[in-house]
Amino acid sequence: MLSVLKSLWVVFRHMFHRPVTIQYPEQKAYLPPRWRGRIILSRDPDGGERCVGCYLCAAVCPVECIALQATEDEHGRRFPDFFRINFSRCIYCGFCEDACPTYAIQLTPDYEMSEYQRPNLVYEKEDLLIDGEGKYPGYNYYRVAGVAIGGKDKGEAEREAPPADVRMVMP
Amino acid sequence: MTEPLRSIAVILLVLFGLLTVAALLVWLERRLLGRWQERYGPNRLGPFGLFQTVADTIKLLTKEDWVPPFADKPVFVIAPAVIMVTVLMAFAIVPFAPGLQVVDLNIGVLFFLGMSSLGVYSVVLAGWSSDNKYALIGSLRAAAQMLAYEVFMGLSLMGVVILAGSFSLVRIVDAQRGLWFCVPQILGLIVFANAGLAETRRLPFDLPEAESEIVAGYHSEYSGMKFGMFFIGEYLGVTLISAMVVTLFFGGWRGPWLPPVVWFALKTFVLVCGFILLRATLPRPRFDQLMAYGWTVMLPLALVNLVVTGAIVLARG
Repeated sequence: MLSVLKSLWVVFRHMFHRPVTIQYPEQKAYLPPRWRGRIILSRDPDGGERCVGCYLCAAVCPVECIALQATEDEHGRRFPDFFRINFSRCIYCGFCEDACPTYAIQLTPDYEMSEYQRPNLVYEKEDLLIDGEGKYPGYNYYRVAGVAIGGKDKGEAEREAPPADVRMVMP
Repeated sequence: MTEPLRSIAVILLVLFGLLTVAALLVWLERRLLGRWQERYGPNRLGPFGLFQTVADTIKLLTKEDWVPPFADKPVFVIAPAVIMVTVLMAFAIVPFAPGLQVVDLNIGVLFFLGMSSLGVYSVVLAGWSSDNKYALIGSLRAAAQMLAYEVFMGLSLMGVVILAGSFSLVRIVDAQRGLWFCVPQILGLIVFANAGLAETRRLPFDLPEAESEIVAGYHSEYSGMKFGMFFIGEYLGVTLISAMVVTLFFGGWRGPWLPPVVWFALKTFVLVCGFILLRATLPRPRFDQLMAYGWTVMLPLALVNLVVTGAIVLARG
């Protein structure tokens, strides 16, 4: 009986506590920068698409919500012809970001993407591409990778020695 | 004003007042539960979320009013009306203020007990006519619970009746001029509050509709405004029990400075908040615990109270 009265008093005292509720549309909860929300495709510092269409994100995606088609421009630079994420399937696990070798695909702290029509949750490349570099500024895959594209031959990347002539390497 | 006209005016006033109060109680309960759980509760619609009740009512009224094809249709339809009617009838004898009472029956307490007993039929018939096992279990629980708690609900009030020397609620309020009955009848108050809680099927005595075990108990199959009737009936029941506790134990409308109606409303409000606090705090007991609590603790308490009160009144002559 005493314990009942005690618990009644404990509950009653909550009347004078400030509610922990965050009044959502007016107030918003703090989201850490690495919060896994809406997925974006970032660009390199020169404004080119970072995505090289390697399909790793689509392969690792546990719910298969990513679809893309890789293609090449006239300089031999790979980019996705289309890039489609079905956010009605996406579980925001972040595996695609982990898998991406070029920091192209990134998750952002944004969750306000409700739609009245289900098809509107399918984001195309124009919806995904942002103009910035996202979480990894200053990174440009083609400038540090040894792959040759138009305007940059082998051995011309940053911190890359010219390729060795194999016939000159003597035992 | 002529007597019948005055009666009709009082009846309409009480009826509209009560239905408004019951509707507002839905909001009050949600707000208070929210505050006690460190939330806000409904606070969007209108000032302090007061119009939430209106929205809920519109929702209930526009919902599909579904009668299951396997249900016993006439009984299914009547059952929710029974609870409203019995609870509202019981309010007829509550003296809200001197003169503000529908009827001053000389058997007022008995009338209240009778009406609250009839309320059980609503629950039992609802569960039976639904032809659903969960509803049936719920209504059987309700029947057993009511049977157990009705016994000492009546007994707990006999102490008050002995002290006041009357079943009439006006006389009982008059008898509390010097000292409220909550002091000499503290045992009776405790027993009656417990029985009243069980009578209204509120937490912690809401086993007939324990949603964690039997869906929603006796009103599992109900929807729309029929469910709304059970809902409003429950809140009216809370108001009724609080009003009866105030009348029988806390001096009714008696109090200094403020007008009687205000005192009555104030006391009832505090008790209703107490009911909600109980709901916010206590978990639901097991059914055998509930029955054991009723028969082995509350019933002996009520009997002891009755015997002691009777003995003291007799000894004083």
